[in-house]
Amino acid sequence: MPLINPLTVFVRLLKPVQIPGLLLSIGIFLFVLVAVNALFAYSPVLEVTAILSDPYYRHITTFSFYQAALSTLLSVLFAIPISHALFRREFRGKALLLKLFATTLVLPVLVAVFGLLAIYGNSGVLAGIFEYFDSILPFSIFGLNGILLAHVFFNLPFACRLFLQALNAIPDKQHQLATHLGMKHWNKFRFVEWPQIVAQLPHAAGLIFMLCFSSFATVMALGGGPKSTTIELAIYQAIKFDFDLQTGALLALWQICICSVLAVFIQKLSRSSSLTANYQGPKNTFYHDSWLAKCWDFSWIIVISLLVIPPLLMVVIAGLNTQFFVVLTDIKFWLAFKNSLLIAFFAALIAVSCAFFILLASRQWRLIGLNGYADKIEMLATIILVTPGLVISTGLFLLLRDIGHFSSLALYIVIAVNALMALPFVLKSLSLPMLHNAQKYELLCASIGVFWWHRFYWVEWKALRRPILQALCLSFVLSVGDLSAIALFGSHNFSTLPLYLFQLLGSYQMQSAAVIALVLLVLSVGVFIVVEYLFKERRTQHD
Amino acid sequence: MIKFTDVNYHYKQQSFHFDLEVEAGSVVAILGPSGAGKSTLLNLLAGFITPVQGEIKINNGSILKQAPHQRPLSILFQDNNLFTHLSAYENIALGLHPGLKLNAEQKLRLHTVSEQVGVENLLDRLPAQLSGGQQQRIALARCFVQDKPILLLDEPFSALDPVLRVAMLKSVKSLAKLQNVTVLMVTHHIHDALSVASDFVFIDRGTALAVEKITYLNTTHNNKQLVDFLSAEMNR
Repeated sequence: MPLINPLTVFVRLLKPVQIPGLLLSIGIFLFVLVAVNALFAYSPVLEVTAILSDPYYRHITTFSFYQAALSTLLSVLFAIPISHALFRREFRGKALLLKLFATTLVLPVLVAVFGLLAIYGNSGVLAGIFEYFDSILPFSIFGLNGILLAHVFFNLPFACRLFLQALNAIPDKQHQLATHLGMKHWNKFRFVEWPQIVAQLPHAAGLIFMLCFSSFATVMALGGGPKSTTIELAIYQAIKFDFDLQTGALLALWQICICSVLAVFIQKLSRSSSLTANYQGPKNTFYHDSWLAKCWDFSWIIVISLLVIPPLLMVVIAGLNTQFFVVLTDIKFWLAFKNSLLIAFFAALIAVSCAFFILLASRQWRLIGLNGYADKIEMLATIILVTPGLVISTGLFLLLRDIGHFSSLALYIVIAVNALMALPFVLKSLSLPMLHNAQKYELLCASIGVFWWHRFYWVEWKALRRPILQALCLSFVLSVGDLSAIALFGSHNFSTLPLYLFQLLGSYQMQSAAVIALVLLVLSVGVFIVVEYLFKERRTQHD
Repeated sequence: MIKFTDVNYHYKQQSFHFDLEVEAGSVVAILGPSGAGKSTLLNLLAGFITPVQGEIKINNGSILKQAPHQRPLSILFQDNNLFTHLSAYENIALGLHPGLKLNAEQKLRLHTVSEQVGVENLLDRLPAQLSGGQQQRIALARCFVQDKPILLLDEPFSALDPVLRVAMLKSVKSLAKLQNVTVLMVTHHIHDALSVASDFVFIDRGTALAVEKITYLNTTHNNKQLVDFLSAEMNR
C-alpha cells in the first residue's frame, strides 16, 4: 500500500457542506486569539512570580477559589436531599417550581441580585422583620455572604435539575425490584438512587465551580470591596478604573491559565449530558411511605421554595411602584431598552447561525466515526469558556480604536462578544438534535436528492424548529442580561438595561432600579412564552 | 441491465467481490447469512459507498460517477424511510420535487400512485399516526412516484408479521410489473424469496454467486454453503 498523507485523507473526506462550519470555527478561534494577543502586547510574559509574590494578587486568587469551592459545595450538597425529595413527591405546583428552577440559570444576574437584596438586604424584608422585634439583621449581604447566597440561588436549582433528571432515568422495574426485595428509605437510597446521583456529581460540581470561579456581575454587585474580589473583577477594575493595561493583561493571562487547567480537568471528569427543558419522568411508584419520610421530603421542598420564589416575587412586587411610569417615560430607559434588544437580537442570531454551520460540519464527522475531529472543531468555537469576555472586548477595542469612533464601535463589539459567550450554550443544546436528524435522514436525503436550501427548510428547520428557537431564546436571554461585555464600554450615551440597572443600584435609586429589574424579568421570561406562542405547531392542509 | 464487473470493496478487514448481471424486469432476491454483504451490494449500487475497483453499469452506462439521487433507482430502507415531522403527502411529494413545488401533472401522478399503493386516505397524517405497514406503504409510494426503472428493497418489511410481509411484497411485485420496474430485494426469509422473486443471488462471505432462476433455489443445489443456509432457514 502506498503511503497516504493524512492531509489528503482529511481533504478527501471533507464534504462541501462542512466547509462553512470549518472556516467559522477556525475564524472564531483566530478572532479570539487576535483579540487576546492585542492585550498581551502590554504584558509580554506571564510572570507567575509577580503574581505569587504580590499579596493582593495572591489574595484575589485564593478568594476566587475559596468562594467558588464553597458555592459549589453548598449547591451540590443541598441539591442531593432536595432533588431526592422532589423525585419522590408529587404536589400541586411541582411543574411550575421546576420551570422556575430552569429560569434561575439564565436570569439576568442583576435581576436576581435585586430580588435577593429586596429580601436579605439592609432594608429588605428580613431586616424589616428583625426591626419589628427591635433587633437588627445579624448579617450583611455584602461580601462573601451575598456572593455565596447569589451563587447558591443560581446553581442549587440547576444542580437539582441535573440530579432529578438522573433519578428519573431509573427504570420502573428497578423500583419494583427494590420494593420486592424490601429495601426501605436508606437502603434504597444507598443502592438504587445514590449511584445515579453520584454519576452526575463530578460533572455538575465541575460546571458549577467553573461558573462561580469566573463569576463577574454577582461579585461586582455584592462583593462590596477589595476584600471580596475575584480575578475576573480585578481585570475589570484594572482596565476600567486605573486604565492599567499591563496589570489587566497579566491578570487575564493568569485567569486564562487557571480556567484552561480547570476546563481540561472537568472534561476528564464529565460525561456529556443534555438537559431537557421541562422533563417529567415516569410516575414514581413509592411503596414504603411513612409520616417521617413525608416530613423530611416536604421540609426540603419548603426550603428550596423559600430560596427560589421570594426573590423572584419581590422583583415583581417591588417593580410595580410609583416610579413605574416615570421610568417608562424616561428617554434614557428607552435608549437602554433599544440597545439591549438590538444587542440581544443580533447576538442570538449570530450565535445560532454559527452553531448551526459548525454542527453541520461536526456531525458529518460523527456520522463516519471521526469523533476526534468533531470534538476539536466544536472546542475551537468554545474557546470563550476559558477566556474572560472582558479580555476579548478590551483586545478588540485596542485593535479597532484607530479605525473608528469609540462609541460607534462599542455596539458591534458588545454584539460580537455576547454572541461568542452564548455560542457554547447553543452548541451544547443543538448538537444532539442535529446529530440525530443526520443519523435518521442522511441516506434518505442522498437517495431522493434533497440538498442545500431544500434540505435546510424541509428536513432541518421543519424537524428542529423547537430546539433552534429555544437556542435562539436562550442566547437572547443570556445577552439581554449580560453585564460583562457592556461594563467596559458603557457610558452616558451608550447603555443597556443591565448597565442602567447597575448604575441605578449604585446611586441608591431603588424604586427606579426595581422597575428596570421587573422589565428585565418580563423580557427574559416573556421571550420564551412569545416565541412558543408564535411558532406553535400548525398543520398545513395539502390541496 | 444491471452489471457488476469485478467490483471490489473493503470495509474493516473484510473484502467484498461482486461479479453479476441482472436482467430487466426481474425480481431478484438477495440471500445470505448476516454480515455476508447483502446490504453492501445494495449500497454499492445505490452509491452510498464507492468500490475500490471495478465497474457498475446500468443499461450499458457506467453509474459510478453519479451521485445517489442521480442514479436510475429508488430505495426503501429497513427504517427511517419517512421524515417524522412531515405529513404522508409531503413525504411522497419530496420524491417528485425537493422543494415540494408540484405541477398539476405531478400532483395527478402522486394521487394515482397513492391509490395504487392503497394509501390515498392517509395522506394528511403524520408518520406517528400510521401503523408500521402503512408507513412503509407511504415510503413505497414515494419510490414509485420517483419513476425510476430500478427499486431496491433493504429488508423494509422485516418488522412486519409474516402474513403482512408477504402481502406487501406481492403488492410491490404487481406494481413493479405494472410500471416495468426491476426489483432487487434483500431478505433472509426463504419463504419471501420463493413467493415473489423470479431470480435469486446467494452471497457468501463477501462474494456473490451467479444470478439464477428461483426454481433452482432448493436443497439439491450444488453449492454446499447455499444448501446449509437453506436447511438452517427452513428448519426455523
